[in-house]
Amino acid sequence: MHFPISGATIDPFYLVGLGFLIGIFGGFFGVGGSFLANPVLFVMGLPMNFVVGTDLLHIVGKSIVAARKHGILGNIDMKLAGFMVLGTVGGNEVGVQGIEMLKKMAKVDLVVGVATIVVFVGISIFMFAEGWQASKIRGSRKPVSQQTAQEKDKRAFKGIARWTHSLDWAPKMDLPHSGIKSISIWAILIVSFISGIFSGFLGGGAGYIRMPFLVYLLGIPTHIAIGTDLFEIVVSAGYGSFRHAMNGNVDVLVALIMQTGAAVGAQIGAVLTQYFNGPRIRIAFAPLPLIGACLIIYGLATGHAQH
Amino acid sequence: MKSSKQPLPTWQSFTVELLLYAVLVVAYFFFVLHYLGGWFKELFDHHRTLFAVMALVVMIGQTVGLEIVCGFLIWLVRQRKK
Repeated sequence: MHFPISGATIDPFYLVGLGFLIGIFGGFFGVGGSFLANPVLFVMGLPMNFVVGTDLLHIVGKSIVAARKHGILGNIDMKLAGFMVLGTVGGNEVGVQGIEMLKKMAKVDLVVGVATIVVFVGISIFMFAEGWQASKIRGSRKPVSQQTAQEKDKRAFKGIARWTHSLDWAPKMDLPHSGIKSISIWAILIVSFISGIFSGFLGGGAGYIRMPFLVYLLGIPTHIAIGTDLFEIVVSAGYGSFRHAMNGNVDVLVALIMQTGAAVGAQIGAVLTQYFNGPRIRIAFAPLPLIGACLIIYGLATGHAQH
Repeated sequence: MKSSKQPLPTWQSFTVELLLYAVLVVAYFFFVLHYLGGWFKELFDHHRTLFAVMALVVMIGQTVGLEIVCGFLIWLVRQRKK
Protein backbone atom coordinates (compact mmCIF):
# COMPACT_ATOMS: atom_id res chain seq x y z
CA MET A 1 0.00 0.00 0.00
CA HIS A 2 1.36 3.42 -0.95
CA PHE A 3 1.13 6.13 1.69
CA PRO A 4 0.98 9.45 -0.16
CA ILE A 5 1.89 11.70 2.78
CA SER A 6 5.26 10.09 3.57
CA GLY A 7 5.76 8.58 0.11
CA ALA A 8 6.47 5.16 1.65
CA THR A 9 5.09 1.84 0.43
CA ILE A 10 4.33 -0.55 3.30
CA ASP A 11 2.18 -3.69 3.64
CA PRO A 12 -0.73 -2.57 5.91
CA PHE A 13 -0.98 -6.00 7.54
CA TYR A 14 2.59 -5.60 8.79
CA LEU A 15 1.47 -2.34 10.38
CA VAL A 16 -1.48 -4.03 12.10
CA GLY A 17 0.80 -6.83 13.35
CA LEU A 18 3.34 -4.33 14.62
CA GLY A 19 0.57 -2.35 16.31
CA PHE A 20 -0.77 -5.49 17.99
CA LEU A 21 2.66 -6.47 19.30
CA ILE A 22 3.56 -3.07 20.70
CA GLY A 23 0.02 -2.77 22.08
CA ILE A 24 0.72 -5.80 24.27
CA PHE A 25 4.08 -4.33 25.33
CA GLY A 26 2.44 -0.99 26.09
CA GLY A 27 -0.26 -2.47 28.28
CA PHE A 28 2.17 -4.80 30.03
CA PHE A 29 5.27 -2.64 30.48
CA GLY A 30 3.58 0.77 30.54
CA VAL A 31 5.64 2.04 27.65
CA GLY A 32 4.45 3.34 24.31
CA GLY A 33 6.35 0.67 22.41
CA SER A 34 8.45 3.11 20.42
CA PHE A 35 11.62 1.14 21.29
CA LEU A 36 10.27 -1.43 18.84
CA ALA A 37 7.88 0.57 16.63
CA ASN A 38 10.41 3.21 15.62
CA PRO A 39 13.12 0.80 14.42
CA VAL A 40 10.59 -1.43 12.63
CA LEU A 41 8.93 1.52 10.88
CA PHE A 42 12.39 2.78 9.91
CA VAL A 43 13.35 -0.61 8.45
CA MET A 44 9.96 -0.78 6.66
CA GLY A 45 11.02 2.34 4.76
CA LEU A 46 9.48 5.30 6.61
CA PRO A 47 11.83 8.33 6.79
CA MET A 48 13.09 8.93 10.36
CA ASN A 49 11.32 12.27 10.81
CA PHE A 50 8.02 10.55 9.85
CA VAL A 51 8.88 7.63 12.14
CA VAL A 52 9.17 10.00 15.10
CA GLY A 53 5.96 11.98 14.43
CA THR A 54 3.81 9.07 13.24
CA ASP A 55 4.69 6.87 16.20
CA LEU A 56 3.75 9.67 18.58
CA LEU A 57 0.29 9.98 17.01
CA HIS A 58 -0.29 6.24 17.08
CA ILE A 59 0.74 6.20 20.72
CA VAL A 60 -1.95 8.74 21.61
CA GLY A 61 -4.64 6.31 20.50
CA LYS A 62 -3.03 3.22 21.99
CA SER A 63 -2.27 4.83 25.34
CA ILE A 64 -5.86 6.00 25.80
CA VAL A 65 -6.99 2.37 25.80
CA ALA A 66 -4.17 1.14 28.05
CA ALA A 67 -4.43 4.09 30.48
CA ARG A 68 -8.15 3.49 30.89
CA LYS A 69 -7.50 -0.15 31.75
CA HIS A 70 -4.85 0.83 34.32
CA GLY A 71 -7.19 3.50 35.68
CA ILE A 72 -9.79 0.83 36.40
CA LEU A 73 -7.11 -1.23 38.17
CA GLY A 74 -6.23 1.79 40.36
CA ASN A 75 -2.75 2.18 38.86
CA ILE A 76 -2.76 5.92 38.10
CA ASP A 77 -1.42 8.60 40.47
CA MET A 78 -3.27 11.65 39.13
CA LYS A 79 -1.37 14.14 41.30
CA LEU A 80 1.97 12.91 40.00
CA ALA A 81 0.70 12.75 36.41
CA GLY A 82 -0.49 16.37 36.54
CA PHE A 83 2.97 17.68 37.45
CA MET A 84 4.69 15.37 34.99
CA VAL A 85 2.61 16.68 32.10
CA LEU A 86 3.98 20.18 32.69
CA GLY A 87 7.61 19.07 32.51
CA THR A 88 7.07 16.69 29.60
CA VAL A 89 5.38 19.26 27.37
CA GLY A 90 8.30 21.66 27.90
CA GLY A 91 10.85 18.94 27.15
CA ASN A 92 8.85 17.77 24.16
CA GLU A 93 9.08 21.20 22.57
CA VAL A 94 12.87 21.16 22.94
CA GLY A 95 13.01 17.72 21.28
CA VAL A 96 10.76 18.79 18.39
CA GLN A 97 12.98 21.82 17.75
CA GLY A 98 16.03 19.52 17.76
CA ILE A 99 14.47 17.39 15.00
CA GLU A 100 13.72 20.51 12.94
CA MET A 101 17.33 21.64 13.27
CA LEU A 102 18.60 18.23 12.11
CA LYS A 103 16.15 18.22 9.19
CA LYS A 104 17.74 21.43 7.93
CA MET A 105 21.18 19.83 8.24
CA ALA A 106 19.90 16.59 6.58
CA LYS A 107 21.29 14.53 9.47
CA VAL A 108 18.05 13.24 11.04
CA ASP A 109 18.50 9.53 10.29
CA LEU A 110 22.08 9.29 11.47
CA VAL A 111 21.90 11.42 14.63
CA VAL A 112 18.53 10.11 15.83
CA GLY A 113 19.56 6.56 14.93
CA VAL A 114 22.82 6.67 16.88
CA ALA A 115 21.19 8.44 19.87
CA THR A 116 18.48 5.78 19.92
CA ILE A 117 21.01 2.94 19.92
CA VAL A 118 22.97 4.46 22.83
CA VAL A 119 19.85 5.09 24.93
CA PHE A 120 18.26 1.70 24.22
CA VAL A 121 21.41 -0.29 25.04
CA GLY A 122 21.90 1.70 28.27
CA ILE A 123 18.31 1.16 29.41
CA SER A 124 18.44 -2.51 28.55
CA ILE A 125 21.59 -3.16 30.61
CA PHE A 126 20.31 -1.17 33.60
CA MET A 127 16.83 -2.77 33.64
CA PHE A 128 18.27 -6.28 33.43
CA ALA A 129 20.84 -5.65 36.18
CA GLU A 130 18.26 -4.13 38.50
CA GLY A 131 15.52 -6.67 37.74
CA TRP A 132 17.99 -9.51 38.36
CA GLN A 133 19.10 -8.03 41.70
CA ALA A 134 15.51 -7.38 42.76
CA SER A 135 14.36 -10.88 41.86
CA LYS A 136 16.85 -12.25 44.44
CA ILE A 137 15.18 -10.25 47.21
CA ARG A 138 12.95 -12.48 49.31
CA GLY A 139 9.30 -11.45 49.03
CA SER A 140 5.83 -12.83 49.67
CA ARG A 141 5.31 -16.59 49.22
CA LYS A 142 1.75 -16.12 48.02
CA PRO A 143 1.00 -16.74 44.31
CA VAL A 144 1.62 -13.55 42.28
CA SER A 145 -2.05 -13.17 41.32
CA GLN A 146 -2.96 -13.04 45.06
CA GLN A 147 -0.24 -10.54 46.07
CA THR A 148 -0.94 -6.87 46.64
CA ALA A 149 0.83 -4.27 44.47
CA GLN A 150 3.28 -3.58 47.33
CA GLU A 151 4.08 -7.28 47.80
CA LYS A 152 4.76 -7.65 44.08
CA ASP A 153 7.05 -4.66 43.95
CA LYS A 154 10.48 -5.81 45.11
CA ARG A 155 13.15 -3.40 43.92
CA ALA A 156 16.95 -3.04 44.01
CA PHE A 157 18.86 0.27 44.00
CA LYS A 158 16.36 1.77 46.46
CA GLY A 159 19.06 4.17 47.63
CA ILE A 160 18.61 6.31 44.50
CA ALA A 161 14.94 6.96 45.28
CA ARG A 162 15.71 7.62 48.96
CA TRP A 163 18.27 10.24 47.88
CA THR A 164 15.68 11.88 45.58
CA HIS A 165 13.12 11.96 48.40
CA SER A 166 15.67 13.56 50.73
CA LEU A 167 16.37 16.47 48.36
CA ASP A 168 15.40 19.65 50.15
CA TRP A 169 14.26 21.65 47.12
CA ALA A 170 11.10 23.54 48.01
CA PRO A 171 8.26 23.23 47.30
CA LYS A 172 7.73 19.63 48.35
CA MET A 173 4.56 17.55 48.34
CA ASP A 174 3.26 14.11 49.24
CA LEU A 175 2.05 11.42 46.83
CA PRO A 176 -0.28 9.30 48.99
CA HIS A 177 -1.44 7.12 46.10
CA SER A 178 2.18 6.07 45.48
CA GLY A 179 2.98 5.80 49.20
CA ILE A 180 5.49 8.73 49.14
CA LYS A 181 5.40 11.09 52.12
CA SER A 182 7.54 13.90 50.73
CA ILE A 183 9.17 14.67 47.39
CA SER A 184 10.40 17.85 45.72
CA ILE A 185 8.18 19.08 42.88
CA TRP A 186 11.39 20.07 41.10
CA ALA A 187 12.54 16.44 41.05
CA ILE A 188 9.30 15.48 39.28
CA LEU A 189 9.54 18.38 36.83
CA ILE A 190 13.20 17.66 35.95
CA VAL A 191 12.54 13.96 35.39
CA SER A 192 9.51 14.70 33.19
CA PHE A 193 11.35 17.46 31.30
CA ILE A 194 14.21 15.10 30.40
CA SER A 195 11.81 12.36 29.32
CA GLY A 196 9.91 14.98 27.29
CA ILE A 197 13.11 15.82 25.39
CA PHE A 198 13.56 12.12 24.58
CA SER A 199 9.94 11.91 23.47
CA GLY A 200 10.19 14.86 21.10
CA PHE A 201 13.63 13.94 19.80
CA LEU A 202 13.57 10.13 19.56
CA GLY A 203 9.83 9.71 19.11
CA GLY A 204 7.24 7.75 21.02
CA GLY A 205 6.05 8.55 24.48
CA ALA A 206 9.56 7.95 25.91
CA GLY A 207 8.06 5.50 28.39
CA TYR A 208 11.25 3.47 27.91
CA ILE A 209 13.09 6.17 29.85
CA ARG A 210 10.25 7.67 31.92
CA MET A 211 9.28 4.32 33.44
CA PRO A 212 12.80 3.64 34.85
CA PHE A 213 12.95 7.29 36.03
CA LEU A 214 9.65 6.93 37.87
CA VAL A 215 10.59 3.62 39.48
CA TYR A 216 14.25 4.21 40.41
CA LEU A 217 14.63 7.99 40.71
CA LEU A 218 11.24 8.92 42.15
CA GLY A 219 10.55 5.61 43.92
CA ILE A 220 7.07 5.08 42.46
CA PRO A 221 5.77 1.48 42.78
CA THR A 222 6.12 -0.31 39.43
CA HIS A 223 2.41 -0.86 38.81
CA ILE A 224 1.58 2.77 39.63
CA ALA A 225 4.51 3.91 37.45
CA ILE A 226 3.12 1.94 34.50
CA GLY A 227 -0.40 3.37 34.81
CA THR A 228 0.75 6.93 35.52
CA ASP A 229 3.24 6.81 32.67
CA LEU A 230 0.53 5.73 30.24
CA PHE A 231 -1.85 8.46 31.40
CA GLU A 232 0.88 11.07 31.08
CA ILE A 233 1.82 9.75 27.62
CA VAL A 234 -1.70 10.46 26.35
CA VAL A 235 -1.28 14.16 27.10
CA SER A 236 2.39 14.59 26.19
CA ALA A 237 2.23 12.45 23.03
CA GLY A 238 -0.91 14.35 22.00
CA TYR A 239 0.99 17.61 22.23
CA GLY A 240 4.10 16.17 20.56
CA SER A 241 2.19 14.65 17.66
CA PHE A 242 0.32 17.93 17.08
CA ARG A 243 3.62 19.81 16.88
CA HIS A 244 5.17 17.20 14.59
CA ALA A 245 2.06 17.21 12.37
CA MET A 246 2.36 20.98 12.05
CA ASN A 247 5.96 20.45 10.91
CA GLY A 248 5.00 17.78 8.36
CA ASN A 249 6.43 14.79 10.25
CA VAL A 250 3.25 12.71 10.63
CA ASP A 251 1.77 10.12 8.26
CA VAL A 252 -1.66 9.83 9.84
CA LEU A 253 -2.69 6.86 7.65
CA VAL A 254 0.18 4.73 8.94
CA ALA A 255 -0.71 5.69 12.52
CA LEU A 256 -4.41 4.88 12.09
CA ILE A 257 -3.72 1.43 10.67
CA MET A 258 -1.19 0.62 13.41
CA GLN A 259 -3.65 1.69 16.09
CA THR A 260 -6.27 -0.85 14.96
CA GLY A 261 -3.92 -3.65 16.02
CA ALA A 262 -2.57 -1.84 19.07
CA ALA A 263 -6.02 -1.36 20.58
CA VAL A 264 -6.44 -5.13 21.02
CA GLY A 265 -2.87 -5.72 22.20
CA ALA A 266 -3.07 -3.00 24.86
CA GLN A 267 -6.05 -4.67 26.52
CA ILE A 268 -4.29 -8.03 26.67
CA GLY A 269 -1.10 -6.44 28.04
CA ALA A 270 -2.88 -4.56 30.84
CA VAL A 271 -4.56 -7.76 32.05
CA LEU A 272 -1.26 -9.68 31.96
CA THR A 273 0.34 -7.34 34.55
CA GLN A 274 -1.85 -8.97 37.21
CA TYR A 275 0.07 -12.25 36.85
CA PHE A 276 3.63 -10.89 37.21
CA ASN A 277 5.53 -9.08 39.96
CA GLY A 278 7.62 -5.94 39.40
CA PRO A 279 11.11 -7.51 38.96
CA ARG A 280 9.82 -10.09 36.47
CA ILE A 281 8.15 -7.36 34.43
CA ARG A 282 11.40 -5.39 34.39
CA ILE A 283 13.58 -8.41 33.46
CA ALA A 284 11.16 -9.26 30.65
CA PHE A 285 11.40 -5.65 29.45
CA ALA A 286 15.22 -5.59 29.38
CA PRO A 287 15.90 -7.32 26.02
CA LEU A 288 13.26 -5.37 24.11
CA PRO A 289 15.18 -2.10 23.66
CA LEU A 290 18.16 -4.21 22.50
CA ILE A 291 16.02 -5.61 19.68
CA GLY A 292 15.14 -2.04 18.73
CA ALA A 293 18.83 -1.04 18.80
CA CYS A 294 19.74 -3.98 16.53
CA LEU A 295 17.05 -2.98 14.04
CA ILE A 296 18.33 0.59 13.94
CA ILE A 297 21.89 -0.66 13.38
CA TYR A 298 20.58 -2.84 10.55
CA GLY A 299 18.71 0.12 9.03
CA LEU A 300 21.74 2.39 9.20
CA ALA A 301 24.22 -0.26 8.01
CA THR A 302 22.15 -1.33 5.01
CA GLY A 303 21.15 2.20 4.09
CA HIS A 304 17.50 1.18 4.51
CA ALA A 305 15.18 4.20 4.57
CA GLN A 306 17.98 6.73 4.21
CA HIS A 307 16.60 10.14 3.32
CA MET B 1 -2.03 2.87 47.51
CA LYS B 2 -5.10 1.03 46.30
CA SER B 3 -5.53 -1.57 43.60
CA SER B 4 -9.01 -2.74 42.63
CA LYS B 5 -9.16 -5.96 40.67
CA GLN B 6 -11.28 -6.27 37.54
CA PRO B 7 -12.81 -9.66 36.65
CA LEU B 8 -10.39 -11.32 34.24
CA PRO B 9 -11.71 -11.52 30.66
CA THR B 10 -12.23 -15.00 29.26
CA TRP B 11 -10.46 -16.31 26.17
CA GLN B 12 -13.88 -16.47 24.53
CA SER B 13 -14.26 -12.71 25.00
CA PHE B 14 -10.80 -12.12 23.59
CA THR B 15 -11.49 -14.34 20.58
CA VAL B 16 -14.72 -12.52 19.82
CA GLU B 17 -12.93 -9.23 20.27
CA LEU B 18 -10.10 -10.26 17.96
CA LEU B 19 -12.56 -11.41 15.28
CA LEU B 20 -14.45 -8.14 15.50
CA TYR B 21 -11.23 -6.19 15.21
CA ALA B 22 -10.14 -8.26 12.20
CA VAL B 23 -13.37 -7.36 10.40
CA LEU B 24 -13.07 -3.72 11.41
CA VAL B 25 -9.44 -3.53 10.33
CA VAL B 26 -10.17 -4.85 6.84
CA ALA B 27 -13.15 -2.50 6.48
CA TYR B 28 -11.07 0.36 7.79
CA PHE B 29 -8.31 -0.23 5.23
CA PHE B 30 -10.78 0.39 2.43
CA PHE B 31 -12.17 3.42 4.22
CA VAL B 32 -8.70 4.84 4.79
CA LEU B 33 -7.55 4.04 1.27
CA HIS B 34 -10.54 5.39 -0.61
CA TYR B 35 -11.72 8.31 1.47
CA LEU B 36 -9.30 9.45 4.14
CA GLY B 37 -6.10 9.07 2.11
CA GLY B 38 -6.78 11.77 -0.48
CA TRP B 39 -8.43 14.06 2.03
CA PHE B 40 -5.53 13.90 4.48
CA LYS B 41 -3.00 14.41 1.68
CA GLU B 42 -4.89 17.53 0.61
CA LEU B 43 -4.90 18.84 4.19
CA PHE B 44 -1.21 17.94 4.62
CA ASP B 45 -0.23 19.90 1.51
CA HIS B 46 -2.41 22.97 1.94
CA HIS B 47 -3.88 23.23 5.47
CA ARG B 48 -1.24 22.01 7.88
CA THR B 49 -2.90 23.25 11.11
CA LEU B 50 -6.21 21.61 10.19
CA PHE B 51 -4.26 18.46 9.27
CA ALA B 52 -2.68 18.37 12.73
CA VAL B 53 -6.02 18.88 14.47
CA MET B 54 -7.86 16.31 12.34
CA ALA B 55 -5.07 13.75 12.75
CA LEU B 56 -5.58 13.87 16.53
CA VAL B 57 -9.37 13.98 16.29
CA VAL B 58 -9.56 10.99 13.95
CA MET B 59 -7.04 9.01 16.00
CA ILE B 60 -8.91 9.60 19.27
CA GLY B 61 -12.25 9.02 17.55
CA GLN B 62 -11.08 5.70 16.13
CA THR B 63 -9.75 4.57 19.53
CA VAL B 64 -12.89 5.50 21.43
CA GLY B 65 -15.12 4.03 18.73
CA LEU B 66 -13.33 0.67 18.76
CA GLU B 67 -13.44 0.59 22.57
CA ILE B 68 -17.20 1.23 22.68
CA VAL B 69 -18.01 -1.38 20.05
CA CYS B 70 -15.78 -4.00 21.69
CA GLY B 71 -17.03 -3.23 25.19
CA PHE B 72 -20.59 -3.71 23.97
CA LEU B 73 -19.74 -7.00 22.30
CA ILE B 74 -17.98 -8.40 25.38
CA TRP B 75 -20.97 -7.37 27.48
CA LEU B 76 -23.25 -9.27 25.09
CA VAL B 77 -21.04 -12.38 25.29
CA ARG B 78 -21.11 -12.29 29.13
CA GLN B 79 -24.87 -11.83 29.19
CA ARG B 80 -25.35 -14.87 26.98
CA LYS B 81 -23.05 -16.96 29.20
CA LYS B 82 -25.12 -16.02 32.27
